[in-house]
Amino acid sequence: MSERRIRVLVAKPGLDGHDRGAKTVASVLRDHGMEVVYTGLHKTPAMIAEIALQEDVDVVGLSILSGAHMELFPRVRKELVERGMDQVLMIGGGIIPQDDMQTLESDGFAKLFGPGTNTGVIAEYIQTEVTKRWAASEAKA
Amino acid sequence: MNETKQISIPEGRDAWEAALEGSKYRDSEFTTVSGESLEAAYGPEDAPGDPASDLGWPGQYPFTRGVHPSMYRGRLWTMRQFAGFGTARETNARFKFLLDHGQTGLSVAFDFPTLMGRDGDDDMCIGEVGQVGVAISSIADMEALFDGIPMDEVSTSMTINGPAPILLAFYIACAERRGLDPAVLRGTVQNDILKEYQAQHAWLVPPEPALRMIIDVMEYCSEHVPKWNTISISGYHIREAGSSAAQELAFTLANGLEYVRRGIERGMDVDSFAPRLSFFFDSHLDFFEEIAKFRAARRIWARKMREEFGAKDPRSWMLRFHTQTAGVSLTAQQPENNIVRTAYEALAAVLGGTQSLHTNSMDETLSLPTEKAVKIALRTQQIIAEETEVAHVADPLGGSYFVEAMTDKMEREAQAYFDEIEKRGGVVPCIDSGYFQKEIHESALSYQRAVESGRKKVVGVNCYTEGEESLEIELHRIRPEVEVEALKGLAGLRSNRDATNASAALDGIRAACHSDANLLKAFITAAHADCTLGEISQILREEFGDYIEPKIL
Amino acid sequence: MTSAASNSLSTRLLAGERFALARMISWAENSNSRFPEALEAIWSRVGRATRTGVTGPPGAGKSTLVNELCALIREEERTVGILAVDPSSPLSGGALLGDRIRMEDRTADAGVFIRSMASRGSHGGMARSAVDAMDVMDAFGMHDVLVETVGVGQAEYDVVAAADTVLVVLCPGAGDGVQAMKSGLLELADVIAINKCDLPGADRLTSDMTEAVHLRTAGRDLWAPPVVQCSAGKREGVDDVLAAIKTHREHLKDQLDSHRRRKRIQQVRQVVGERMEEALWEEGDLAEQVEAILRTGTTPYATASNVTQSLLRTASGNQAKGIQA
Repeated sequence: MSERRIRVLVAKPGLDGHDRGAKTVASVLRDHGMEVVYTGLHKTPAMIAEIALQEDVDVVGLSILSGAHMELFPRVRKELVERGMDQVLMIGGGIIPQDDMQTLESDGFAKLFGPGTNTGVIAEYIQTEVTKRWAASEAKA
Repeated sequence: MNETKQISIPEGRDAWEAALEGSKYRDSEFTTVSGESLEAAYGPEDAPGDPASDLGWPGQYPFTRGVHPSMYRGRLWTMRQFAGFGTARETNARFKFLLDHGQTGLSVAFDFPTLMGRDGDDDMCIGEVGQVGVAISSIADMEALFDGIPMDEVSTSMTINGPAPILLAFYIACAERRGLDPAVLRGTVQNDILKEYQAQHAWLVPPEPALRMIIDVMEYCSEHVPKWNTISISGYHIREAGSSAAQELAFTLANGLEYVRRGIERGMDVDSFAPRLSFFFDSHLDFFEEIAKFRAARRIWARKMREEFGAKDPRSWMLRFHTQTAGVSLTAQQPENNIVRTAYEALAAVLGGTQSLHTNSMDETLSLPTEKAVKIALRTQQIIAEETEVAHVADPLGGSYFVEAMTDKMEREAQAYFDEIEKRGGVVPCIDSGYFQKEIHESALSYQRAVESGRKKVVGVNCYTEGEESLEIELHRIRPEVEVEALKGLAGLRSNRDATNASAALDGIRAACHSDANLLKAFITAAHADCTLGEISQILREEFGDYIEPKIL
Repeated sequence: MTSAASNSLSTRLLAGERFALARMISWAENSNSRFPEALEAIWSRVGRATRTGVTGPPGAGKSTLVNELCALIREEERTVGILAVDPSSPLSGGALLGDRIRMEDRTADAGVFIRSMASRGSHGGMARSAVDAMDVMDAFGMHDVLVETVGVGQAEYDVVAAADTVLVVLCPGAGDGVQAMKSGLLELADVIAINKCDLPGADRLTSDMTEAVHLRTAGRDLWAPPVVQCSAGKREGVDDVLAAIKTHREHLKDQLDSHRRRKRIQQVRQVVGERMEEALWEEGDLAEQVEAILRTGTTPYATASNVTQSLLRTASGNQAKGIQA
């Protein structure tokens, strides 16, 4: 019997080519037993949402260091909602000023992680949140 | 007083090692930032090199000790702060601010649309215009960027790669419009595409056509813009992407040697272009490891150029380099500490013999730097130059057992990588297979693990933390109107230009893609015809195809 | 409630909703208890897609070739489902699924659906999930289903072997011909593609493979896999690979149904095995019985014979009234 595993999409929206953080987080989440799909660079919000849908992921994690987060993050979320993926746990990280983190967190993003975050913290956060969501959806079914 | 017998160095070493056996060490792995283990002290047998052939004097082959006999007694390094944000007009004002505060060269940071060869009104560019650098889509933007700045007097560095030949064309055409002979232009275009595939990821087309354009630039400039550094072979981005110091050194030089090979294959005399090649390295926190890296770089390059490529002009043997302090070493936590980190890194670059230097600002993990933060960063260099008195003596660490041993080790490790790359078919096949990318990723991951497990300390992050602090530091934000203004500028340019002329220039580029015509020349024609960066790049993408990154995870 | 949920998911799938397709594949790979019923609801639509398994050593360029094959198939206005299987980490059980990086220009195409799948633990489980996912894509209406695995072991072979046609991708250098022969990859192949054919050694590899095929099939009533050169990265020769796949399919034509049924038997056998195992060891008191026998000093083999005979006796007793009903 296969057990259910947390599936995560690690995505790089926009033109920014800094993928050190995204690849590091992807590797760490794999080490925490998750199945991680990495999009590669330079993806549009529509592409990211489409990949999230096809892969039926539990989590979408966006990484951005280009300063375009306030434009791109809400667009990814909108594209996901349009595809009926509003239950997905949305998180993000990168060079994001604290004010912007708060704005995004009040607008559908569960959590934003700043530079210097311990990757283990990210993994634990995902584990806790997804487990909660699974339990809630099982109860509903 | 008893007469003490002088013991020999080997005897002393034995005694010292015996004494170490019983010593209690504090809790540390005693490794470099790159994870290399270190001895507790170094002696003559650790640095067995020949002072004459391995070191020489400053300004002498193999230039381990520096490329100039007088080093900074002749001229200080160029203090060149990388700057760019928003519109061309805003960056122009920042340039003038920096020149007024004693900066001696300009360095342009472009935004992502420009770096990726796209105009601001492209669908892929939403939210990116002017964010991490200045948006330059045409000759008109380049004219605004250099408005009131004498292009025949300043030296300008442009950090751009995939579309570098196009931006250089805008610069040359801009000077020509002012009635200047391009031969007077001084500066550097990064134009180093190989490390883009390996680390930085701002590419335009696949490696082979990209390399062809680079050689086109080298060829055109050696004739028409002889004072221009046609390529700045960069380890900075490789290091920032997570490599070790030795990988930065090895991959950068391997890329440099590949460009030389390609130039020679084109039929150029190595001495006609090699003197215009320059380098760009990172300066990280590990003081001695970095200094050793810079010294090893000069020695390896000199030897390869003279012995392998038969270069005769001593300027072809000399590795000249720009340095930037390590962006990745900065922390978002307790950001003022970054001033201190940057100062040590800058000092390593100076002791390592850099030709120019950018010091990072303390707030760069949070946003683009504010004017105040940039000024402190520049002052950091000025304090090293004017107050520490370190600039009076060339290669002050030459002959240090430790530094020489590290320099030798760097050289050996680089050679091992050169051999491995060759075994795997060369630089481009290694890019295609993701070899460099995997090596860099592995190093990045092992460093991250070392920090997270506490084996490597980072002040404010995993030790001496201050809990949840709120950052009270002013942030530089890009005005939301920047995008609108940039789009308006593009629309105006497109409606005012001579459309027939522009489309003829674009057709000229399309044809040149499939002949052996010089593409830089075709780009200069297109720049004069007011063709935009996105239009020119689109033709290149259509004719040469897109680049798709290999799977490395 | 489960029944309503599965009905609605299968209804949504049959109505062409991509999210339902994605979710039903998740049910398959998680062995969700709702899956068998959902599959039943769409079963009448399973069997129309052509299925191609693509395998080969790491670095042979499988994903790039799959991407280019997909582009060609799309030109024929046929829709494509792609299943990319990557190994799970034996240490953490997690996986990095990165094959779709090489297929990025397909993401925006509504006629293509790409799903990455981790091999997870048991090898039979992986083959079954993959076959289920192919069935779901088939029922959704994909004309072609391509399944890609790295050719490193039996588990991966089992996945591609469930397809109608198996394409083995080799390239000079990475995974040479001798390796491929030793590992049994060649016995699996219906078509052999020599990718990166502009690299040195490609012609040699091609002739080696042709020779190997000849040795194995000459004078016997066996399909001789065509050996085709291509350079997927340069979009050269991919049409020849596709043509060879079609030729094999043409060859199968009359036997396709029996060919597929043979593979279904494998699937049923796998499931029966798993269920039996579960029923015997996890639900009954067999473990206690075994322990009792071992306690008498009997060897493991004698104990096993004892247990097997007793089980078979019970089974044949039940068979008369059970299985043919």
